[in-house]
Amino acid sequence: MRAAHWGVVAGLIAAVWASFAYLALDLGQLLTLEAQAQMWKYAVSFFPPDFSAEYLTRIGHGTLETIAISAIGTAMAAVLGLLLALPAAGRLGAVPRAIARLILNFLRSIPELVWAALMVIAAGLGPFAGTLALAWHTTGVIGRLFAESLENTPAEPAGALRLSGSPASLAFLYGTMPNVVPQLVAYALYRWEINIRMAAILGVVGAGGLGQMLYFSLSLFQQQQAMTVIIAMLILVVIVDGASAWLRKRLAG
Amino acid sequence: MSLSFQKVSLEYANGVRAVHRIDCEIRRGERVAIIGPSGAGKTSLLRMLATALRPSSGTIEVLDTDPWRLDRRGLRQLRSRIGMVHQAPPIPPRQRVVTAVLAGRLGQWPAWKSLASLVYPLDIPGAERMLERMEIADKLFERCDQLSGGQLQRVGVARVLYQQPDLILTDEPVSAVDPALSDRVVGELNRDAIERGVTLVASLHAVDLALHRFPRIIGLRAGEIIFDLPPVRVSDSMLAELYASESRTVPTQDNQPLETVLAGVRRRSMFS
Amino acid sequence: MVRGRQGEFHVHARSPHQPSAMSSALRLRDPAAAPRLLLAVCVIVLLWPGFSLTEFDPAALFEERSRGIIVKFVGTFFPLETSPEFLGLVLKSTYETLAIATAGMAFAILIGWPLALIVTRSLSISRIGPGPGRVHGSLIRLPARFVLMFFRSIPEIVWALLFVRAVGLGPAAGVLAIGVTYGGMLGKVYSEILESNDTRPATALLETGGGRIAAFCYGMWPVALPELVSYSVYRWECAVRASVIMGFVGAGGLGQQMELSMRMLNGGEVSTILLTFLLLVVMADGVSALLRKVTA
Repeated sequence: MRAAHWGVVAGLIAAVWASFAYLALDLGQLLTLEAQAQMWKYAVSFFPPDFSAEYLTRIGHGTLETIAISAIGTAMAAVLGLLLALPAAGRLGAVPRAIARLILNFLRSIPELVWAALMVIAAGLGPFAGTLALAWHTTGVIGRLFAESLENTPAEPAGALRLSGSPASLAFLYGTMPNVVPQLVAYALYRWEINIRMAAILGVVGAGGLGQMLYFSLSLFQQQQAMTVIIAMLILVVIVDGASAWLRKRLAG
Repeated sequence: MSLSFQKVSLEYANGVRAVHRIDCEIRRGERVAIIGPSGAGKTSLLRMLATALRPSSGTIEVLDTDPWRLDRRGLRQLRSRIGMVHQAPPIPPRQRVVTAVLAGRLGQWPAWKSLASLVYPLDIPGAERMLERMEIADKLFERCDQLSGGQLQRVGVARVLYQQPDLILTDEPVSAVDPALSDRVVGELNRDAIERGVTLVASLHAVDLALHRFPRIIGLRAGEIIFDLPPVRVSDSMLAELYASESRTVPTQDNQPLETVLAGVRRRSMFS
Repeated sequence: MVRGRQGEFHVHARSPHQPSAMSSALRLRDPAAAPRLLLAVCVIVLLWPGFSLTEFDPAALFEERSRGIIVKFVGTFFPLETSPEFLGLVLKSTYETLAIATAGMAFAILIGWPLALIVTRSLSISRIGPGPGRVHGSLIRLPARFVLMFFRSIPEIVWALLFVRAVGLGPAAGVLAIGVTYGGMLGKVYSEILESNDTRPATALLETGGGRIAAFCYGMWPVALPELVSYSVYRWECAVRASVIMGFVGAGGLGQQMELSMRMLNGGEVSTILLTFLLLVVMADGVSALLRKVTA
């Protein structure tokens, strides 16, 4: 085993060496005094951050926009995901199951940022593109999870209702949904929390929110405003983490 | 004839023969108890009457119709006239009692009413009346996972009572209910059937309950009907033979031995 | 219970009191109705402004102008672009992405490892017993903790954006961004792994006067190694995906290539690159699983 380990280590070192070589990264270039001074100058230009009332208002709006993007996007995804989860769980037959699963896999394999870039082309710059991007990607993720929940939930309650003459759709609502709804809600909230972080960065390709503000301020060489945006992003993440931890503790206890 | 079995056999996919060439007729308004050891085929029989299972051979008629000749809509309409009380109530744990009871009429209500009832129960007094008959009216708005096993079974019975079907089927409906209460519950089912003039077919584990409440007893063993008699004509030896494969004593609701008191009065269960 | 004649009996209601008319009317109202209504109103009130904030306008998708663009774009998605020059370009970009991920991880280990050692409390000599070293220890540990947190809290794409501005377009920005972000993550997780393992051997060595390095090499390294390697390999797999994403803002690799193709509305090239990305992710997953099995 020892020999194999050393072999792996050697391989890894070789891979790292090859990577640097391939990238022709002359690290030396980055380490010249000139380059260092330039980077230092750039870093310093970020301070002090722009805390003017006017910009802070825009930051406030950007934050609300970010939260709205994540909320509407996740809400859309919850609805669409549930709709797709029904066939994906096999409730409408084998062929719809295969098709629905294919669609869900397609939606979730494409990263949110790629979706955002695509939606910017389709819907133009702005928060709508970000909302759609989150909606499509999250539908894939949530839909797959909903489908698994549906498949694992007992079928007896709905079956008994159908035996007393209930139409299949109502038997589903009365007999299956009560079992599944708590999981769905919990998972949707969990995804919303993730999506808030995502919504903040999708903007760098033009999909609205804090990310778009960051991109613009960097492009316009307004580093101090960019710094404010970054701080706002950090604060948002901290608040969301704290709120969700508090909520989890309250619901569990 | 309201219900009939004509040379009905049922074989499961794994080759197990549940029911073997059964012939039986039940008229509208009759109240029948089916007794027998476990595995006798009682549940299979009831499920065939509920149109949940299709016979492997033979013809079955439920409420004067062959259910397997109906189209989907006809079958659904037939099923809305059949109410089955399951031994393990098939109710989602997080559902509230009131919704679970009202679900009995999903086959009869228009779609808008069923949907609206999910948001706000539309017939709370109706549900409460049924629960009162089962002596758990105070649980009206409780969640089902907060009930005991016996209470949940009674909710299942309340649901069928609310449905007001033309055919009441019950599969060991009081197995988790205490003896005194279970006698009242079975009595309530009988009363409902008599009042509305509908058919009641009950499979019961407790022989004394069956003999006490029902005017017609069918003994089932290994998928065949051993006897089909009124209670006075059911003898000790018949019962012993029926349950011979399972145990030396005949099962009762409170596990006390069955007693013959006088020649005239056939049976009295110990708990009454 | 009343025993009547055979076949008949009376049900006694078991309610503890006879309900009066008013209380029975009150009893018959659904207690869950008010909270549910309140919840529904809250949700609507919270979501409603969201629609205007996000400039929600599905109709815009079907407008003349955007319809034209969408149709034109989507129409070019098939057939995939498979010309040899383009495939060659994609292959080069894939190598570049892999190189960025690997070099970036090397950086991350370089940054995260020493910081982890500083931060791990079980390697802290100063924490054994009272003495002046205690305060000094915290003085170094806390800033180190803060640096790690700062590195990993800023999303990697933001780092990529910043580095692109600082050192120019291309893979160097990607390598640095991964190095910094993942360095923060590795530092935190490495220290957690080191702390969660049995620390008694290391503590014993420290107490008997051994130096921190010795305590580490003989006390902790053997036990912690498999977990450390496993996590690092997993992070490398994430780095591959992240490198593609960062390419979108100009940090090289497949991502940058995809962004160029999108800007030119060349759907065929985009689909080829997307497919390549999916295959790359699968391959990285496979390599990572293999490595973790071998080094377990």
